[in-house]
Amino acid sequence: MNDALDVTLRLLVVFVVFLAFPLIVGQTEHKVMAHMQGRLGPMYAGGFHGWAQLVADGVKFAQKEDVVPADADRRIFQLAPAVALLPYLLVLLAIPVGPGEGAVGQVVDAGVFFVLAVMGVGVLGSLMAGWSSANKFSLLGGLRTAAQLLAYELPMLLTAASVAMAAGTVSLVGILDAFEWWWLPWQIVGAVVFFVAGLAELQRPPFDMPVADSEIIFGAYTEYTGLRFALFLLAEYAGIVVLCGLTTVLFLGGWHGPWGADGLGWVWTLLKAAVLAFVVIWLRVTYPRLREDQLQKLSWTLLVPLSLAQIALTGIVKVVIA
Amino acid sequence: MTLAAASHGFLSPTGVEIAFLLVGLVTFGAAVVTVTTRQLVHAALWLVVALGGLAVEYLLLTAEFIAWVQVLIYVGAVVVLILFGLMLTRAPIGRSPEADSANRWAALTVAVASAAALVWVVVDAFRTTWIDLDGPAAGSTAVTGASLFQNWVLPFEALSVLLLAALVGAIVLSRKARPARAGEASPGGASPSGASRSGTSQTGGAR
Repeated sequence: MNDALDVTLRLLVVFVVFLAFPLIVGQTEHKVMAHMQGRLGPMYAGGFHGWAQLVADGVKFAQKEDVVPADADRRIFQLAPAVALLPYLLVLLAIPVGPGEGAVGQVVDAGVFFVLAVMGVGVLGSLMAGWSSANKFSLLGGLRTAAQLLAYELPMLLTAASVAMAAGTVSLVGILDAFEWWWLPWQIVGAVVFFVAGLAELQRPPFDMPVADSEIIFGAYTEYTGLRFALFLLAEYAGIVVLCGLTTVLFLGGWHGPWGADGLGWVWTLLKAAVLAFVVIWLRVTYPRLREDQLQKLSWTLLVPLSLAQIALTGIVKVVIA
Repeated sequence: MTLAAASHGFLSPTGVEIAFLLVGLVTFGAAVVTVTTRQLVHAALWLVVALGGLAVEYLLLTAEFIAWVQVLIYVGAVVVLILFGLMLTRAPIGRSPEADSANRWAALTVAVASAAALVWVVVDAFRTTWIDLDGPAAGSTAVTGASLFQNWVLPFEALSVLLLAALVGAIVLSRKARPARAGEASPGGASPSGASRSGTSQTGGAR
């Protein structure tokens, strides 16, 4: 009975985090973007600086009519948002926020492989949406999504493998236990490559060619309305939370900090992830969109060689200190 | 693992075994639909269900590492590649009757024969083997890695050479195709490759 209660409690906490954190990131994006562009952003909803804007948006989305195009493949069209969103919920289960087994939803033995595998499944949702909409712009968006995933999955996997080599384990909890501060300069190239590749996998600017609104409307999500469209947006922000959490855990030492690692470890994790989320928003405001060929070139001629070099460096250092 | 078939009946109905059978049925059903459906993209998506079901079976057999690699490689990469190829070439919504093969009986024969061979090998190899679920996981990453790089290094390296050969082959094939296509596009042109290249860069610049 105690076991069941424990499991239920963990699932509940992860679910609440899954619902709340993407909204916080979304609201932060509203305000940060507004201030970087010299305007106020949402100010009225909820009273204090428009904090309830996203709640209002959610209510609006829920009230909208759910339209399925006449020529669309109905069932796949309706299933796609769930396929895009649920993988991120599963990934959140495996990300440790503090030391010990009490601070992670579920300890997964092959954690690195689990999170990368399940994150890759999420892209199937965009592909399904792009194909089933019976719309040329959607199909183009789906194609670009697939091409982007194929290009950026490899550097992401290679850099994660570099950290796993350094720690001697593929468990996320084990990697954090083995972390030392000097891993930061040692793995910095891998960290940058992982973060950039993750941004590309989430289709965040400057890698948002698959949803480029000025040329293919909104890519794979063009035909979506109402709640299903909101689910796709939620998946994007959940993806930001997951990516920042993973980068924190793999490269920035997670709950390790200059002080207070015992009781306040989770604060360090959240702080680092929040800074990374800010960087994600910052990049969106700063950089113009990469063209499709530039996108592919960046991955195959820069990120893949860099991640291979990182793996070589990790191997050499590992052998030298052994 | 213990060799104690006597203490277990054949398929004693524990929860894990029932789950294993049910997931197996779902996997089998999805695989059958994959090859019988007339809708191309649906076939690829049913393949996701079949491969995912296989990953769950690996999990139930305590081979956690293999399960996640199965999801990563097959669902995350191979199926995405199939869908990408389908969308690039022909992926109509609805049935595509012309996508049927006249070789269905030959294919069925080969499939049944290879399935029979595999089932026979697996049954013969693991007939009396039971996984002890109470002890440490028999298929954890550490155990898999140790057996892979201690007992099975030679097949592992041979496979990597095979993959390298496939990689080189793919590069050779894609290089050969290029001058032929440029020649088709502008027959009799003075410099076909130069013309087509400047054409692409122009459209690229216009974007």
